[in-house]
Parts: sequence; structure tokens; C-alpha cells
Amino acid sequence: MSELVIKNLNVSIGDRPILKDFSLTIPKGEVHALMGPNGTGKSTLAKALSGHEDYEITSGEVLLDGENIVGMEADGISRSGLFMAFQYPSEIPGVTIANFIRAALTARLEEGQNFSAPAYYKELYQHMDELKIDRSFTSRAVNEGFSGGEKKRCEILQMAMLKPKYAVMDETDSGLDIDALRIVAEGVNRMRGPDLGVLVITHYQRLLDYIVPDKVHVMWDGRIVKTGGPELARELESRGYDWVKEELAEPVA
Amino acid sequence: MTTTIESTESETLRIGDAAVFEQRQQQFGMAGDWFAALQIENWKRYLELPRPTRVSEKWRFANIRFLDELENFCVAPLRAVDEPSLLERSERLSKVSGRLTFVDDNLAAPRTMSPELESKGVIFATLVDALARYPDLVKKHFMKHSPDLGSDKYEALHVALLRNGVFVYVPKGVVVEDPFIVNYWNQADDVAIFPHTTVVCEDDAKVTVLEFQESLNPDAAGLVIANAHMIAGDRAQPTHDIVQNWNRKTLSFQLNTNTVGAETNARGLIINLGSRQARQEVHGRILGSNSNVEMYSLNVPRGEQEFDQRTLQTHVAPKSRSDLLYKNALSDDTRTIFSGLIIVEPDAQQTDAYQKNNNLMLSESAEANSLPGLEIGANDVKCSHGATSGRIDESELFYFLARGIPKHKAQELMVFGFF
Repeated sequence: MSELVIKNLNVSIGDRPILKDFSLTIPKGEVHALMGPNGTGKSTLAKALSGHEDYEITSGEVLLDGENIVGMEADGISRSGLFMAFQYPSEIPGVTIANFIRAALTARLEEGQNFSAPAYYKELYQHMDELKIDRSFTSRAVNEGFSGGEKKRCEILQMAMLKPKYAVMDETDSGLDIDALRIVAEGVNRMRGPDLGVLVITHYQRLLDYIVPDKVHVMWDGRIVKTGGPELARELESRGYDWVKEELAEPVA
Repeated sequence: MTTTIESTESETLRIGDAAVFEQRQQQFGMAGDWFAALQIENWKRYLELPRPTRVSEKWRFANIRFLDELENFCVAPLRAVDEPSLLERSERLSKVSGRLTFVDDNLAAPRTMSPELESKGVIFATLVDALARYPDLVKKHFMKHSPDLGSDKYEALHVALLRNGVFVYVPKGVVVEDPFIVNYWNQADDVAIFPHTTVVCEDDAKVTVLEFQESLNPDAAGLVIANAHMIAGDRAQPTHDIVQNWNRKTLSFQLNTNTVGAETNARGLIINLGSRQARQEVHGRILGSNSNVEMYSLNVPRGEQEFDQRTLQTHVAPKSRSDLLYKNALSDDTRTIFSGLIIVEPDAQQTDAYQKNNNLMLSESAEANSLPGLEIGANDVKCSHGATSGRIDESELFYFLARGIPKHKAQELMVFGFF
């Protein structure tokens, strides 16, 4: 039960099928990496899992600790415990980070539960310090005018505050310099543990030097075609994705 | 004709009844022959002026059918208020210079006022008291200016039938730090009220008046014809903020003027939340040089509310600045109309005048109309006007949802962000 199970997921954008019988299981406590060339459907998976209505799930199931989240609204999916770290986080003018995260936490309160502002700020500042985000950012509008690195650190900050059961990190390494990459990776590593399952979507192996995955999956044309340990990521890095394509082509030939 | 002021349901007349004005005068005639004469004159003016029509430019885009309903409302009877929470709900802030609270045009709680300010000659009084105690001062300032923006008929009705209000007077050089609180409540069904606030801020004086307009009964249909006039001398710093939150069955008018002298900093803010339909007219008149006048309005219509807002910024003297900003966040099937005009008279060289109307459309079926205008008679001025209209960005909304924030809460935060 304590796992995120994606079963035969088919997803279309408009009439175009992108994910084709995609299946993947992430047990809690593990970090999995999903790699693959551009255009194989990695980001589509992320958007579809998070409940974006432009991505139509035509069939399949996504079981979060046994609960099917397919068909749920995006906000419900988030509150069920699935967190999406976006490749391109939106800028929200006029809404401060402190108020944004507070609203997200308030939405998770059960009836009769009270929000404690002092405890909130204490925890927020602690995570901000760890992620080397200046405390003055609490009163800045969400992502507005942030650098690429600041946006990604802000995503990790939200993840730390919301304490999801599962997190999908969509190309979190894109646009990051090596220092920012290290800070982000350390942030994720701090959260690793028996209560969190993580899917790291990435194009490059670089991030996986810092967030060492338990398993690596290679995606091609809408489904997973190869699974291995961390060494698979290094192999892809040295041999390129063409090698996977060739290997795939073999049985057909 | 009855001579008692104990009025009962059967004796209460409607605005459309021929005898209503005479009855009103008998019951609530206020001090001063000049005042009685002014009311008689305005009643005549009300009867004579034609009802605005669809083709009137000053009512363009407005849904004017509600004007047919106005004469069905009764004038407010004199009666005791039965609402235990009234005092608490009328407190608003703990640190204030004074409070006045009315329910259906009746003074509903004893006036409070800082004795220290009283000793400095500051007046914060009901209009009834002010007419009795300071007749010359009231006569000098009462209804000397008009918005001239289309509601002359209803302004005349206001003067004819009003029977109370607030008169604020701050003498030269006196600074009032804490705000005065004015509460106008409506309560009875089918009743018309005529809130009136005149604020006089003499040279080098400073004052803030916070006015709250609310309904004690969410289901009572009401008519409100409110006036607010701010008169500022030189180097004065008056602020008059109004929160309009009548219930959704009330029809309301807010007819305001802000008249300022030289080197003055004046602000008028109106927040509109309530009313079924609200008509707002504000005329800023800048008679002196080097003044700065701010005219703001924040509007959050929901359901089927219509907010119809007309403004005038008249620059008579040179080198002054006026800044008008009207922001609307429209939900559901709401309508807003903003029609603003900047007039720069030939002598008003080096005027800086700005006028902006920004609309955030939260629904496909909401409608925002914007009619900005300029009329410039001087040749060395900086004026700009503009209107923007934007929808909530879908990707921004998704970002909220993806963090578990429900759509209605996301919209609320985005509206706060817009303001």
C-alpha cells in the first residue's frame, strides 16, 4: 500500500497520444530517476500526474497509497500527498511566498485544527536558512523576478513545508549552476527517508551525482524501456541515448 | 397632521407620495430658516428635474431601470434600534478621535469625541447638532459643491429629505492624529436613508475620517443616497475613506466632491463591496497650486452587482497633481462602468493629472466598461489616462491548485494580489 503505483497510463494532448501504457511503481522511502531524450513524454507524465486538465488521461490508474487519483482535481491530488516540483514554476505577482505557502498549509488543515503562525514562521525560516534563501524573500511575490536557481530553491522550500508523501521533480536541474544544483540536491537529500518517495525526472546524469537514486528508468516513446541501478545513468551519460534506441530496434530487426 | 414624532408603519410615506416632503419637514425640521429654504428648493428641484434616460451621456452603459424603483421606498421612521451587537460592530478601531453611529438615519449611540480635540475647536458633530450650534459654519460649507456627473436629481432628493449626518470641522493648524469613525447602518425593509458627511479641513490642518456603510439586516431592501463633501484649505491633509458594504438588496448612490486649496495633500478612497447596484460620482476640484489629490476606488463586485462610477478631476490652478486609480475585480455576472474625465482649465499650466482604470476579469460573463477622457485647455501639462483589462492567468491558477489551494481561495489571493 505504501507506494505510488502508475498502472498502464495512457495520456493524450489533444488527439495525440503521448504516454502509452506507462507503468511505474515507486515505494515510499525510495528515489527513482526517470531519464530519456526530449519528447518522450517525461514532462507529460509530470503534468498528467498533477491533474493538469490539458493532459487527458484516457485510461490507466495512479494509486497513491492505494487511492486512485486519476480524475481528481489538481488541488485534491496535491492535498492527497503528491508534490510536483515544476520545471518552469509560475510567477504570481502580488502574492507573497509566506502567504502562498500558508494558504497551501491552511488548505490541509482538518476541521477544528488551528494554524499556528509562530510555529509556521519558525519552520519556514529554518528551511529557508538551509536552502540559503534570504529571509526577506518571505515578503516577495512568489517567483516574481527570481533567478532560475531561486525559483528551484523556492520549489524545494514548498516541498519541505508541505511534507508530501511522494514528490515528482520535473527537470529540477535545468537552468541551475553547480552551486544551486548542490543546494537543491542537499535539500532533497535532507527529506529522503522512509516517509517519502521521489521521482526525479531529468535529462542529464549530473543531478544524479548529488541525488543518488535507488533505481533509474529510461523512457522512450511514452513508456519505460529499461530499468537499472545508478550505473545505468552513468552509462547513458557516456554512451548517449542513441544506444537505447539501437538496443530497442534490435528485437524488431 | 400628527405632531408626535412616534411614527408608525401606516404613517410612513413613500418618496413618491405627494405629502412626503411636508410630513418630513414637520417631523424632522432642522434648525435654521436658510436650511428649511434649501430643503424646499431642493424638493422642488427634485420634482422638476427629469429622470435620466438611456441616451444621457452621463448614464451611458448604465442599467437605469432601478431608477423606476426609487420612489417606492419609504422615508426612514424614527424608532429605537434593536441590535445588541451594534456598538461592538461599530467600534472598528480602538484608537480613534471620535465615533458617530447611525441606524436608518437615527443617531444610534451617544457620540464619543476626544475632549482634547474639542478644546482645540475641532467639531465632530451630527448635522442636527452642528446646525443648532454652529449655523454660520455649516451654512458656509454645506452643499456648496456638486459632482455634476448626472445624479443632480438624486442629489436634490438627498438634500430635501436628509434629516441627519455628520459635520467635521478642523480649525487652522490643528492636527487630528487618530481617525474619526462614522458608521451608517441601514436596517428596516423598504426604507430610504440619506447619509451625509461634510469634512472641512482648514489651512495647515490634518484629519482622517473613516466611514463605514453597512446593513444590519442582510435581507432588507434599502435605498441609500449618500453624499460626502471634503473641503480643504491650503497645506491641509484631509483623508476620507469610505467602505460601502450595504446588503445585496440595497440600491445606493455615493455623490462626492473633494475641493482643495494650495499645497494640499488630499485623499479620498472608496471601497465598494455591497449593494445590488451602486452609482458613484466623485468630483475632485483643485483650486490652488502645488496640491496633490488622490482619488482611489477598489471594487469587488460579485453575483449580479453593478457598480457604475463617474469621475471628474478639474484642475483650475497651475502646478497641481491629481492621481486617480480605480481597480475592479469582477466575478460572476457583474458589470462595472468607469467613466472619467480630466479637465485642465486654461490657467492650470504644468498640471500633472493621471487617470487609470484596471479591471481583473474573474469570469467570462462579467463585463467591464471603461470610458476615460481628457479635456485640456492649457498647453504645458502632463496628463495620462488609460484602462487595462486582464483575465486570471490559467497557468498561475494551476500553480495554486498544484499546491493544494482550492480555486476559490486561489482567486481570492489573486484578487488581493491585484489590489
